[in-house]
Amino acid sequence: MAAQVFAFILHKDGQADDSALELVAAAKKIFPDASPIAIVAGAGAGLETVCREAAASYKEVWKFANDALAYPNAEVIRPLLLKVLPKGCVLLLPHTTFGMDLGPGLAIKMDAVFVPDVVAFDGLDGATLKVVRQEFNGQASTHLACDISKGALLSLRSGCFAPEESRSAAGQVVDKSAEAGGLSARRRFVEVVQAEVGDVDITKEDVLVSVGRGFGDKENLPIAEDLAKTMGAVVSCSRPVVDAKWLDKGRQVGTSGKTVKPKVYLALGISGSFQHMGGLKGNPFIVAVNKNPKAPIFQVANVGVVADVLEFVPELTEKIKEAK
Amino acid sequence: MEILVCVKRVPDSAENEIEVKGDGSDIKRDDLVYSVNEWDNYAVEEAIQIVDRSGGSVTVVTIGSEDSEEVVRREMAMGANNGLMLVDPAFEGSDGRGIAAILKAAVQKGTYDLVLCGAQADDGAAQVGGMLAALLDWPYASLVNKIEVQDGKKIKIGREIEGGNQEINEIELPCVLSIQTGINEPRYVGIRGIRKVASVEIPVLNAAALGVDAAAVGKAGARVKRLDYFVPQAGAGAEMLQGSTDEIAAKLIDLLKAKGGLK
Repeated sequence: MAAQVFAFILHKDGQADDSALELVAAAKKIFPDASPIAIVAGAGAGLETVCREAAASYKEVWKFANDALAYPNAEVIRPLLLKVLPKGCVLLLPHTTFGMDLGPGLAIKMDAVFVPDVVAFDGLDGATLKVVRQEFNGQASTHLACDISKGALLSLRSGCFAPEESRSAAGQVVDKSAEAGGLSARRRFVEVVQAEVGDVDITKEDVLVSVGRGFGDKENLPIAEDLAKTMGAVVSCSRPVVDAKWLDKGRQVGTSGKTVKPKVYLALGISGSFQHMGGLKGNPFIVAVNKNPKAPIFQVANVGVVADVLEFVPELTEKIKEAK
Repeated sequence: MEILVCVKRVPDSAENEIEVKGDGSDIKRDDLVYSVNEWDNYAVEEAIQIVDRSGGSVTVVTIGSEDSEEVVRREMAMGANNGLMLVDPAFEGSDGRGIAAILKAAVQKGTYDLVLCGAQADDGAAQVGGMLAALLDWPYASLVNKIEVQDGKKIKIGREIEGGNQEINEIELPCVLSIQTGINEPRYVGIRGIRKVASVEIPVLNAAALGVDAAAVGKAGARVKRLDYFVPQAGAGAEMLQGSTDEIAAKLIDLLKAKGGLK
C-alpha cells in the first residue's frame, strides 16, 4: 500500500530544525516514491522563511500561521493536526521533547498506529511496516511489525537517517492558515526558563573526564576529580549523576544537558545512551571504561576497557603521575 | 488531591547486562534483577510529596503478573496509601495503546484529579502517558520536572526540554503528567518499611472486573507486534584493551598522549 506521508517541521528563530531533512530521507525509506508534505505551524515574520526553506526539500509545504501557534505547544497543535490530516496518512515526527509530547495522544485521536524513537525501517509488506527500535537503554534492538492500514505516526531518532541534502524539490507553499482558527487548549505555555550556567563551562574544554552511574556514590567522585586534575582536564557527567545531585546540571553532557566538542572524552561508568551521545559532537577520541561489556558505549568509543571504574581509575591516575 | 501513579516492574538496566536469547525470541530473563522502573519511582515520590503538602491520597497501579506485587508493595512502603493490580492473561502482549486502554479503565474506576506515569520505561517508548490522556480526553504534559499545586482547578508544571531548559506551563485538572527523573530525591525504602505493608491487601482486577474488552487489548488487539530481539551493530566498535591493569593503563596513557588528552 502507499499512503500520503506528512512531516512535521520543527523550527526556531526562523530556521527549520535539522530533522526536516532527515524526515524526507526517512519517508523515502518507507515508500521509495514518497512525496512527503511538510507541515509548518507557527507565528510571526520568520514563519515564511521556514516555509521557503522547507520547500527546497518538500514538493508541498502546508503553512499554518496563527498567534496561538507561536510556541510549539503540543496541546494546541494536536487538535489542529487532527483536523487537517487525512485519514490513513503517515505522519513523521522527530523524537524530541516536542515529539514525545505530541505523538502518543495524536495517534490515539487519529486511530493510527504509533511507533516512537524509530532508528531504521526494514521493509513494507502490504500494510505491515517493519521497523527497528532499541530497548533496555540501547542494550538490545528489536524488529516490530506495525499495521499501518489505519495510518501511522512514527517518531524518528535524530542522526539515524542521513539527511536528504539535495534541496532540489522546488516545492510550493500552500497557506492553510484559515484552518488554524479557534484553537484552544487546557494547557497554557507560560515561559522557558534557561538552564543555569554552572561554575565551569564544559562546552569549551578540550579534555573531559566524564562520570557516570558506575561511580556508585557521590563519595567516589574524588577518584574522577583526581584523574581530571592529573590530566589537566575537567569533570563532566551523565544524567543520572545530576539526578542523584552528585554534580550540578551545568556539568551534564547530553540532549537534556550541554553539547560539548572536546578532543578527548573519557566516559567512565557511563552506559552511553543515545541521549548522552547526542550531546557529544565534533568526533572526539572516546575512551570508555565500564564493567558491563554489553554497554552501548563500547559501540561508539574508540578504545574500551572492561573494568570497574572504582578500581581502574585510581590505577590509571597513579600511572599518569609516575609517567610525568 | 487524589493521585494515581502508574508503575511497571522492569529489569534494572543499571544492574543488568542484557543478553538476547540465541533464537531472538526474548532477552535472557532468568538471572535478571528486577525493580520498579526508575522514572515511576520519581513519580511516586512526587505524588507522596504533593499529598503531604495539600492532602488527598496516592494509589499505585500496575499491570502485570503476580510478580509485580513486589514493586507495588515497595512503593506503598515509600508512603503510597493504596495499591492496585491489573492482572489478566488477556493483557499479555499489549502494545502501548492496549496498556493505555487497560489503565483508562482503572482510572475510571476511581475519582482521580491527577494521573502520573514515568516518562519512559525499559522499552524507552515514552508513549503510555500521552495515550492514556488522549483516551480519557484529559490534557497532558510529558517530561515534567516540577509540579506546583495552585488551586483545585489547575497546576503549574515545568517540562524538561532540550539543553536542560525548562518549559513552564499551566495545566487544568484532571490531567496526566509523565515524570522525568531528577524532579525530586526519592526516599530510601528499607526492609522494615516493606515489612510494614507486607500484609496490606492489594485489590486485583481482571479484564472483566475492569470492563475491558479482552479482544481489544493484549496480543489480539495489538497493532504493533514484536518480531524478535537482536544485538545492535552500530559502527566498528571500540578497540578493547586487554591485559593486566598495568598493561592496559600503559597503553591508554600512550593513546591519550597521542590524542592530546594529557597536558
